Amino acid sequence: MSWLQMLFNGPPGTPPSVVWGYWVAAVLTICIYSFLYKDNPLYKFAESLFVGVGAAYWLALLYHETLVPKLLQPLFFPAEGDPVAWLRVFPGILAVFMLLRFYPKLSWLSRWSLGFIVGMYSAVNITGFAQGDFVAQIHATMTTPLTSGGVLSVILNASAIIGVFAVLTYFFFSKEHKGALGGVAKLGIWFLMVAFGASFGYTVMARVSLLIGRMQFLLGDWLHIIP
Amino acid sequence: MAGGFDIRRIDRRIIFALIFIAVAWPLIKPMRLPIGVSPPVQTLYDAVEAVPPGAIVMLAGDYSPDTMPELQPMTESFIRHAFSRDLRIVVACLWPASPPLIERAMTPLAEEFGKEYGTDYVNLGYMAGGIVTLLGMGASIPNTFPTDYGGTPVSQIPLMQEVRNFEDIALVMDVSAGTPGTREWVQQVQSRYRVTLASGVTAVSAPNFYPYIQSGQLAGLLGGMRGAAEYETLVGVPGSATSGMDAQSIVHALIVVFILLGNVVYLVSRRPAGGRTRQGRDAA
Repeated sequence: MSWLQMLFNGPPGTPPSVVWGYWVAAVLTICIYSFLYKDNPLYKFAESLFVGVGAAYWLALLYHETLVPKLLQPLFFPAEGDPVAWLRVFPGILAVFMLLRFYPKLSWLSRWSLGFIVGMYSAVNITGFAQGDFVAQIHATMTTPLTSGGVLSVILNASAIIGVFAVLTYFFFSKEHKGALGGVAKLGIWFLMVAFGASFGYTVMARVSLLIGRMQFLLGDWLHIIP
Repeated sequence: MAGGFDIRRIDRRIIFALIFIAVAWPLIKPMRLPIGVSPPVQTLYDAVEAVPPGAIVMLAGDYSPDTMPELQPMTESFIRHAFSRDLRIVVACLWPASPPLIERAMTPLAEEFGKEYGTDYVNLGYMAGGIVTLLGMGASIPNTFPTDYGGTPVSQIPLMQEVRNFEDIALVMDVSAGTPGTREWVQQVQSRYRVTLASGVTAVSAPNFYPYIQSGQLAGLLGGMRGAAEYETLVGVPGSATSGMDAQSIVHALIVVFILLGNVVYLVSRRPAGGRTRQGRDAA
């Protein structure tokens, strides 16, 4: 099979709809990347199309994955062995209240929904954060071994403890950062800078990964240059 | 330098072109640079290896198509690793776009390993609610996910007869691109139910989760395409992440060169010459 045949027909057994799907995706990808040269109508077209299709996609997804199976279906066609399906009428009412924001006379009802969401999520999140993050991280820092696991391990663990101490000192504002306190706070800034640098490095890696993913699609699935 | 080449005023399209070449060339002509395995990936692999054959593991899908280059290889490698060890997989998702992505990875691998839906693996699909769903699963997974992704009641699925809550799950692997995701799994599930939790995350968010490794709350962590490639290396089947690592390394090297070059030029331009800085001379 020649390369041109592969380009327009895909590998043997590929349905035509998939091949043309690749073409549409490839052309739109190139339209978007054309912005790197300069702003142009092709980019604007692809951007507008993306916004429109994205909004429709999420609307359809939420309708089919949330509204129908999680609310409407259990409410009107409850499964066997689910005697409390009718309870979903309450979240349904709260959802309707939320939509009443668009009707000024009754928009105040949406505050009930928001109040429920804020109250419930706060309660669950605070306990989860306290138990899973706050206490657990302090405990882990306090129990970091400094005497076992080899020289490198001890150095790394010690740097973690010093880092926590220095950064917390930097965020201690009840005394002016002068003398020893200022020195430790400055060390805290260094630790923060290293953390920001690492975080930025990871961000670059993530963005490059997305570019690689697109290139793998363009050069592989579409052009069949790479396997 | 008036009229000559000034690197500070370089057309950024030249940089884009260099990045394009640095990505495309290694993909076309792979160099197969060595991929070392970092401790968080090794511990994740070891945690899966420690699960006895026949046990049930959970694959939590919390991502969407925009993060597929980084996260889909993790999903594929985890499924391959689990099936190769005869582990049974229950899929549960907190993101609505995840179930079809996991289905896309699961179906060919299930065929390859001769696994049967309902007995060896099940896709429970998506459930709205985020952390509330997680808490519900702690009480009862069948009550929280009454049907699977295809709409079959879980009471009719053989594998789900052995699953009540997290006590029946030997390990949870969360593939996460944001919220709700790994942080919620740590806070609401690992800390409450002491489940063995491993995670694969995007590179952007990876630094936020390394403290969970040190505290023992995560059994292992895959960070971005690099983590996925390391896991593919350990599982023994190189995939799209491995093939992308050459490009990743070359681009990183190129960016380091850009940064060094930019700083050298900046420092040279600041150096006083004849009592004036470069900016001073330009102004004059």
